[in-house]
Amino acid sequence: MTETIKDSVKAFIIENFLFGDTSYELADTASLIENDIIDSTGVLELVAFLEDRFGIAMADADIVPANLDSLARISAFIKAKSAVPVSA
Amino acid sequence: MCGFGGYFGSVPDGKALLEKMTVAIAHRGPDELGVFAAPQAGLGHVRLSIVGLGDGQQPMSDATGELTIAFNGEIFNYVELRDELRAKGRRFRTSSDTEVILHLYDEMGEDCVSRLNGDFAFALWDNRRRRMLLARDRMGVRPLFYAMRAGTFYFASEVKALLQVPGLSAEIDPIALDQIFTLWAPIAPRTPFKDVFELEPASLMIADERGVVTRTYWNLEFPERDAPSRHVNEGEAAEELHALLTDATRIRMRADVPVGAYLSGGLDSSIVSALAAGMAPQGLRTFSVTFDSAEHDESAFQNEMASALGTDHRAVACRAGDIAKAFPDVVRYAERPVLRTAPAPLYQLSGLVRDSGLKVVLTGEGADEVFAGYDIFKEARVRRFCGRQPGSRMRPQLFRKLYPYLPGLKQQSSEYLAAFFGAGNDPLDDPLFSHRPRLRGTAATKLFFSGDLRAELAGYDAADELISRLPEAFGRWHPLHQAQYLESRFLLPGYILSSQGDRMAMAHGVEGRFPFLDHRLVEFAAGLPPEMKLKGLVEKHILREATKDLLPPSIGKRTKQPYRAPDSHSFSGPGELDYVRTAMGEEAITAGGLFNAKAVTKLHEKCRTRPASGFRDNAAFVGILSTQLWLQTFTGTSIRAAEAA
Repeated sequence: MTETIKDSVKAFIIENFLFGDTSYELADTASLIENDIIDSTGVLELVAFLEDRFGIAMADADIVPANLDSLARISAFIKAKSAVPVSA
Repeated sequence: MCGFGGYFGSVPDGKALLEKMTVAIAHRGPDELGVFAAPQAGLGHVRLSIVGLGDGQQPMSDATGELTIAFNGEIFNYVELRDELRAKGRRFRTSSDTEVILHLYDEMGEDCVSRLNGDFAFALWDNRRRRMLLARDRMGVRPLFYAMRAGTFYFASEVKALLQVPGLSAEIDPIALDQIFTLWAPIAPRTPFKDVFELEPASLMIADERGVVTRTYWNLEFPERDAPSRHVNEGEAAEELHALLTDATRIRMRADVPVGAYLSGGLDSSIVSALAAGMAPQGLRTFSVTFDSAEHDESAFQNEMASALGTDHRAVACRAGDIAKAFPDVVRYAERPVLRTAPAPLYQLSGLVRDSGLKVVLTGEGADEVFAGYDIFKEARVRRFCGRQPGSRMRPQLFRKLYPYLPGLKQQSSEYLAAFFGAGNDPLDDPLFSHRPRLRGTAATKLFFSGDLRAELAGYDAADELISRLPEAFGRWHPLHQAQYLESRFLLPGYILSSQGDRMAMAHGVEGRFPFLDHRLVEFAAGLPPEMKLKGLVEKHILREATKDLLPPSIGKRTKQPYRAPDSHSFSGPGELDYVRTAMGEEAITAGGLFNAKAVTKLHEKCRTRPASGFRDNAAFVGILSTQLWLQTFTGTSIRAAEAA
């Protein structure tokens, strides 16, 4: 499951923020901000993708670099989020 | 204001070449054309008649015929200089400012430039000393380019004149492209054209039989951080500023034709218009651009100010599609790739001025550099503030206050705000501290560079080169002054005054004049304590104080609204123009060789389907499109191949 989440998010990032550049070595723990992959508009695009793709609802408090700033963090976050029903 | 071209060295049919060079820049001087050809030197000139309408023809020689000048620009203190020279017994044959330079050079040699208050670029042939002198104004308002070909030294107001020189053809300079895609502009003397260079602002160049030497005659300098300021009393400083600005405007009203003003609705152009209106007994004509989109439009403020001043105001509407229509012309006149579309509405605006029968306008350009008006100055202050308490959740909230017009930032958490601005990450002693987030964000556009271009640029870092160009005293200046220097010394001449300024105005034969860039005012402002300029997070504080009686409170207290224009979505949508589709198409991108065709196709699609693109995507789209147009315009690289498909 985790691998699937990671692969799916990675594919989205490569397509949407790296414009198909598969030569870019996107390490699981690499910061998306510090590596200039994502900007403020990009975070909103990422959130929209995660909500659509994984059927989750992200509260404002969820939208922080600790949850979203690398493939590994996103993967762990989605996994945890999917396991726990979202409260309003 | 005019344009010129010329050479020093041997040219077989010099006169014919000079004619070709000047015709290539005829838009700069639609009123007259003249050439001067001597055995080892030539000058050609196209004239926009503004001062000395009937007797200011150029190239102009002195009474002896030994000195001949081709001059572009204005010497605003020419009246005082002429009086001074007359008192010394010098006789003038014309009423023009051009002749003043000739006399002053005869008196002082090349040091004459230190006496000139103006926006100028000129070439002066001194037959006695068999040398060609080139000079450019202190802030870089007027352009001057040069190239060496087969032992002859050529120069011109625009590169398109130099491209008339046999054997000189346009080729992109990859380093310049890297600089544009990092810093928004090439670092002079480099230009986007390989082997074509730009004389830097405040510089002289002398070409003679020994070769070519360049030297700087003026520097933008700030006081040492801990040095006591001579300006301790804010009231007195505001008074001095008011007097200087008034005089800077007064001498910029000098012309034998009517002078108008741009009125954006912001603080700076409103101040200039208010001062100018008081000096125009026949009334002042003002001009502005309006936008369809509310986030860019300032017409309410423009109308309020025009009404308060009683100016004869006209506006040109920049509607959906207008930017795309104008963009190929914008690139042709700017002669460099740009990452923003902001020059396009200014191109429309100068057209409106010209259609209205005017050829001179005052603008508020320069105030943001001189009095610390840009958001980037405030941003750097907040980043330093955050850096002192890295884990703070409250401090990064200030970023939201800085950019209320950026929707992407409004919805971000404190943690993301801190991360986007690198708050707490950038070393505080980094010379480029103030500009790092912008440089990082811009350099991200290089993602689209082709593999070949990346390989060619391997190991090169534009930011490092910028650091290598900073003066030795830079590290001892206050951080605000360091940031002001970076803006004033590089981006101002490299982008604001050129791509958005001279080139867009002169495309329609209109001369812009900039009271805030009077060197007396620039020097005065540089000496002010930082807190008089950026007080807390209120920009241009001292300027507001000095001019509060000139403006309605709604304008005088207005927070800086940066001049912006719609970017990538100007080009996309159902009405996308054929040239955009072709230039951004796989075939043309591959033919150009500079960008990754597959990635550009995806970017094009993204911008087309999702109009709310972020900074990186917008800048990349505009940068790639303008580079493609640059290639097509200047190198003949065909992006038309796909058109038949």
